[in-house]
Parts: sequence; structure tokens; C-alpha cells
Amino acid sequence: MSTPSDPSQNPDAPGAPDQAAGASDQPAVSRREFLLRTGAAGALIAGSAATGLKLWQPNHFLPGFEAQKGLQLPDFRITSAKGLPSMAIAHGATHEQTIRAAIGALGGMQRFIQKGDIVMIKPNVAFDRPPALAATTHPDALRAVAKLVFEAGASKIIIADNPINSPTGCFLKSGLRAVADEMNLDLLYPETESFSPLQLDGEILRNWTFFHEPFKKATKVIGVAPCKDHNLCHASMTTKNWYGLLGGRRNQFHQQIHSIVSDFALMMKPTLVVLDGMNVLMRNGPTGGRLSDVKPMGTVVAGTDMISVDSYGYTHLLERDIAELTYIHKAHNRGLGNMNWKDTVYKEVQA
Amino acid sequence: MILPFFSRASAILDDVRGGIKIRTARRISQVFFFSLFLFFVVISDLRYLKGYPVSLFLELDPLVSVATAITTHTIYKGLLWSLCLLIPSILFGRIFCNWICPYGILHHFIGWLLGKGRDEQKVRIESNRYSSLYQIKYIILIGMIVAAFFGSLQIGLLDPICLFHRSMSTAILPSLNLVFPHTFYVRQYFHIGAWVIGFMLFLLVGMNVVIPRFFCRVICPLGAFLGTISSFALWRIERDPHKCVDCDLCLKNCEGASDPHTQLRKSECFVCFNCIEDCPEDALSFKFVPPLQHELTMPAVQPRRALLGAVVGFGFFGFGRSSGAADRGYDKKVIRPPGSVEEKEFLERCIKCDQCIRVCPTNVLQPSIFTAGLEGLWTPILDNKIGYCELNCTLCSQVCPTGAIQRISIEEKTGLGKFAAEGPIRLGTAFYDHGRCLPWSMETPCVVCEEVCPVSPKAIFSREVTITKRDGNEITLRRPYVDPALCIGCGICEHECPVTDEAAIRVSAIGETRSRDRRLLMDGGDTSAVRDYESRKR
Repeated sequence: MSTPSDPSQNPDAPGAPDQAAGASDQPAVSRREFLLRTGAAGALIAGSAATGLKLWQPNHFLPGFEAQKGLQLPDFRITSAKGLPSMAIAHGATHEQTIRAAIGALGGMQRFIQKGDIVMIKPNVAFDRPPALAATTHPDALRAVAKLVFEAGASKIIIADNPINSPTGCFLKSGLRAVADEMNLDLLYPETESFSPLQLDGEILRNWTFFHEPFKKATKVIGVAPCKDHNLCHASMTTKNWYGLLGGRRNQFHQQIHSIVSDFALMMKPTLVVLDGMNVLMRNGPTGGRLSDVKPMGTVVAGTDMISVDSYGYTHLLERDIAELTYIHKAHNRGLGNMNWKDTVYKEVQA
Repeated sequence: MILPFFSRASAILDDVRGGIKIRTARRISQVFFFSLFLFFVVISDLRYLKGYPVSLFLELDPLVSVATAITTHTIYKGLLWSLCLLIPSILFGRIFCNWICPYGILHHFIGWLLGKGRDEQKVRIESNRYSSLYQIKYIILIGMIVAAFFGSLQIGLLDPICLFHRSMSTAILPSLNLVFPHTFYVRQYFHIGAWVIGFMLFLLVGMNVVIPRFFCRVICPLGAFLGTISSFALWRIERDPHKCVDCDLCLKNCEGASDPHTQLRKSECFVCFNCIEDCPEDALSFKFVPPLQHELTMPAVQPRRALLGAVVGFGFFGFGRSSGAADRGYDKKVIRPPGSVEEKEFLERCIKCDQCIRVCPTNVLQPSIFTAGLEGLWTPILDNKIGYCELNCTLCSQVCPTGAIQRISIEEKTGLGKFAAEGPIRLGTAFYDHGRCLPWSMETPCVVCEEVCPVSPKAIFSREVTITKRDGNEITLRRPYVDPALCIGCGICEHECPVTDEAAIRVSAIGETRSRDRRLLMDGGDTSAVRDYESRKR
């Protein structure tokens, strides 16, 4: 505005004659307008300063070393009833019969599930495999357990897992989505927002991102796991099954695999675990891939102590020496379970 | 004999027009086809697919079938559907452009939205006059057809159906999903180069501000193709010069800029029928075989510019191919989806529509920017850092409209059942980088790679070693190896490796079964020690 301009060059410019005229000719600013304009400018200055101070971060922090907080998982165990077995082994021909017999030997599902319970069932659906390859929880096993849970009066069943392969493919091809559709179970996929950090005083697991969504409403938790060989930690059974509840950089677990798996026994206190040993993945685990990797064993083990159940599974289903299964010893020594299942109250039945 | 019959048909069409306005009918058609396109895009997901023909629009696209017929001398499976579009275009002209084409419909709608500034009738009429710029699309088409004759399929760069599918799959859906999580994916998808494709879409759509229907009038090679064949059209818009008062109102809403106020430019007309409804004198009608002297039958292209197009088209083949990316200079990262044909044949077939990328359940498929060379721009390659190839999945091959990825079965992919003798399809081979591998060089147990290896027996195996650590203590750990005879190159080992920035095991293209030249083992893996052992056991 204040740059000198030659009016002759631009005679039509409306501002030009005004500028040529003296300042006294300019219309006076009214008091009202003056107050409004200075007020607006003042308010903007005050607002900027206030916002600046409000948002000011005077101290730095160390990126990656912030204090971590996480949720605590409730204990889902039932109070132990005197005289009733804590573990049952059933031998039979079909999933339905054998699981029914095993749960029956424990005193029936009504011992664990009350009317109105919301039950989270955790299958192992880690891989995109058909049921016959025994790398995932068999749909018949899920169906049998879900049926018993509904018969005991549960109002809702949630199933969820965070697979290694793509979640939609795993649930579809393992046949578990079909069971969920058929029996009206709530299938929760591991969406990004489904995870929250979990706090634990484990040997190695302290603060880790956890698939929390299914536990927001669940009142009881049942793990239904296949019995499989595992390349690194020797076996994946009911304890290792909880791996599927964790998120984040799980591929670091393998650096301390036995510590991590024993920490799962601290992390999760389930109502019940069911080890499906109808068909056992004897080698090439945890993925399998050929029918020749699978051996029919016709056995289901159910119990309240996953360490006992897995101890039986390792010696009697995978038919191996328990001395090499480090995580079971770790968990036993930390008092998280009893690997000497023969010392506990157990029952062996024929379906 | 037949002529009176067709005249009757025209008369019937006029009657129908009296019933529901033809403009209303067209809008219904536009909403229907645009919704159908979006429906197919959204349901191209493992959760919803139930045999829907999700690649229908690509299969209807006659430029896809003609160009792939030029490169491969075949018409692959569903591409024969393109006759359903070719035949009406020969009869009625470019009806596709304003009645069916989802990308054209998008431009029509956005052009209307952004064209609000052209309220003044005179401005609108001027913006819809033909311009010599509009011959560019024919020059582009000529270039692409020339490239196709040499075996380089480039139509997908600008074909509106390919372009729209690609933009939706790689840019629009993933970015919407960022704002509305879980709308389209269980886990957020990422696509390399999404921003280029996204801004390309914005640019092309935004150009409607400068020239209405900019893409359709200036760029679209499919429009140019349909424009060329509509020279034969038996029906077209006809002006009765005795009734016409030269008011030019027919140009007010003319979508194609086809000069209905004078000699109709037949190859530019989108057959939107706006001119007929806008004419106050009823001088315009849709006529069967009207006189040739009232029309400009052929597209107006200056021959020397056509030649320029041909030369540039040759460049795509000549410069692209001599850069070596499809030959000895191939990039180790050009790992193609399972069922893909050999690389040079792949470049003859892939239309860069990225339907495979949309449907991939693990997000492993990524559009190549320049990894696969100039000719391979936007073609699918596997990035095992982002995903991995799911063993029991052939979705990409199911949706590929042109057979760049042949429609294989699970048995064919995994080499089971009848295909046991051939063995599995291999995408490449995994190699260890010992310097980055925890058990190999950092005294730390790991072998996640062995755990996730999906073949049986596992291609990754480990040997137990006991070493003395730096602190003097002994540690027993497993060190992993790859059996190249068993590795299928699925990349899950690389994907799950805890060294996530650059994995300690990485798949590269060598060993892929689609190319005899790029195999690794002379016998294709028959001499694997493990296989021998297994067969002896049986």
C-alpha cells in the first residue's frame, strides 16, 4: 500500500487518487470500530499465548523408555471341590463322545459353568490348515465343548485367536468359522483395536500387547487345544495355546521360548482346559502338512491344571520323555501347576 | 426389408422416451453400474467371496480382450464377455462411456459437481465445444496398440476400468480404512506407491475443473477404442437442419463434446441423450442409418501425430525391454504370484488392474513401481516384509481376468494328488543372511522360520550346536538351514523373522518354477536328501 505508484500509469485504479490526497481527508475510524479491531487483535494474542502455554512441553523424555502400564487379567478358576478329580482322561472313538466322557468324569460341565455365564473358548487356529492335518483345534472338538457349555446354561460363547497366518483364512479353512456360524458363537477377529497392554510379573513376560477384547465380558475361560509337536519347544498343548492371545512382536518369544511358555501358566488361570488327543501331530510341527504326520490316539484330557494335562499329553500322547520339556519343569518349580499328574486326583474313563 | 423394422424400433424408443425421460433412464443405469462396481470392489475379500464375478467389468472391457488378443493371440476365459459390450458399441456407439463405465460415471458426477462455476449458459456451451486436444486419446491408443504388437501390454496404465480398480484397491480403500478401521480389512493394508496412484486419481478427477470430462475426452484409450469402432454405428444422434435454429443449446450439457449442433463427431458422442432433451426445437433425434454427410464418421487424428504415438509406443517396448528387467537383468525382488506365467508372457498379459492385490488375504501382493522395470509398472510382486504367500490359497489366480496368473487349483499349487509328480509351484528360494541371524551370529536361540515353514517335511531344518558364549558359559541352540529342494518361496519365514527391517532369511526370485531359465536345481528338487529318506521309509 505504501509503495509509491505512478498514478498516470494506472489512472483507473480506485485507490490511486485517495493516496495522492492528504491523510486528513481519510475518514476517521469510529470509537466502536477501533475498540472492536484492537479487541480482536488483543484476543488473538492472548489466545495464542494461552494455547502455547497450555500445550508447552518443557521437559524432554526418553523415547522408548516411558513407564509402561497394563491391565491385569482376572482369575477364571472355580473353587476346587473336595473329592472331585482335577484331571480326567477319556478314551473313545469320536470327539463328541470322548469329550463328553472326560467332562463327565470331572463332574460335568455344570461344575464349571453356571447359568448366564459368558464363556470365552480359546481354540488354537494358528495356521491356515484343514482339520485333518491336526495343526489346529478340530471343529468337532469345539462343537462338543460348546454344546456342553450351552447345556450348562451359558448365555454366550466367544471364540477368538490371533493366528500366525491370516485370521480370516485360518478360521475359514480350519472349519471353526462354520461351527461358529452353526452354533451362533461370537467369533472375534484380532483387529488392531482389540489389543491392550497386559502387565505381568513373569520370568520374561512383563508388559506385552494382549488380545483383550474377548475378556471384556467373559466370566469363564476354556482352552481347547490340539496336541502337537513343536520344532522349538518340543510340544504345543494347552499351555502353549495361550500364545494366541498375545500380539505384537511375538517372533521374539523364540529367544526365550521355555520361559515364555511357562509364563503363560502365570498369565492365564483358566476355568478348564481340554487337550484334544484324538489325532496327534507327531512330527513336523507346529504346522504339519501331511496326513502321515498325524497319529490317531483316541484320547481327550480335560482338567483344571494345564501343567498336569500337558505333562500327560507329552508322555502318553506324543510319547516322549518329560525330562526334555523344559517349560513344564519351569512352571512346576514356580508352583504354577503340578507336572506329577499321578499325584493329583484324576480319573481315566472309556467313552 | 430390414430397414423399416429398425425404423419401427427407433419409433418405439421415442415412445419409451415419452414415458420415462431417457435422461432418467440413463441416470438409473449410471447409479446401477457404479454401485455394482463398488459392490464388486468391496466384496473382493476372502470373507465375502462366494463366486461373485468380481472381475466382470474388466472382462467386459473390449480393449482388454483386444489388446491381450494382440499380445497372446488368445482370449482368456471370461474375456469373451467383452463381446457383450463390443456388439452394442458397434450398433449404438459409445453408450458404454455414459451409461456403464464406472470411471466415466465418476467423472460425469464430479464434472457436474465441480462445474457449478459454469452456471452461465454461454460458458457451459463453450466448454462443450470440440477441441483438437481431444485427439490425444487416439494417439495414446495407437501407442498402446503398437506396444502390444511388440508384446508389451500397456493399456492398463490408462484403461479406465484397470485404472479405477487399481486406484480403489491400492489407494482409496486402504486410506478410508485408516479413518474407519475394519471397514474393509481385519488388519490395515499397505500398498507401496499408494500415494502416487491416489494423487493420480485426484489429478485426473480434478482436471474436470479445467475441462469437463477431461479424462474421458482427452486421455481415455478405451474411449478412443470405442470411438473408433463406433464409426460403424448404425444409430446416432441426427440433427434436422430444417428445424434447427442454431441456438447451440444442444451443447449446454453435451458430455462428449461431439458437436451435435453441426456435423456430429460420431466417435466423440457418449450417447448421453442430453442434447435431444435440451433442444427447444425438437430438431435432434436418435436415428437409424442417418445420412453420412451429416456426420464426421472417423475420429479426427492428424497422421503425423498418430505416427508420433506409434513411436512412443514402440519406446515402451524398445527402451523398456532393452533395460533388461524382463531378461538377464531381472530383479531378485520380482517374485510373482503363484500361477503366474513366465515374465515376458506376464508382460503380455498383466493389465495392472491389481485385482490380485485387492483379494490377497495377507497383503503380500504389492504394485511394483520400477522393481519390475518400466513395462512392469503397477504389476503385482510379493513383498514378504508386508505379507507372505498363504499355502492353501489361490485367490489371486481366481480373480485375474487375463491369465497373467493362471487359474490354478490348490492341488496344482501345492503339488498334491494328481500333481505329485510335478511337485509344488515355487515362487523363489529362501536364503540365510548369517550376519543377521540370531543363532548363527548372536548366540541367541530363535528358529521362528523353521516353526512357520508350511511344507511337510519342512524346507527349513535346524542342527543343534553347543557353543561357548562370550561370557564363557555354554549354550545349546539350533542353527537353521534351507533345503532348496523343498523350499517353495512362500516367504513366511522372511515375514516372521524377528529381524524385521531386513530379515535374516529372505526369499529371492531364483528357483521360480514359472521360468525354466530361473530355476536353481537342475532336477527341480528331486534329489532332496529328505525326500530320498522319506521314500525309503515308505
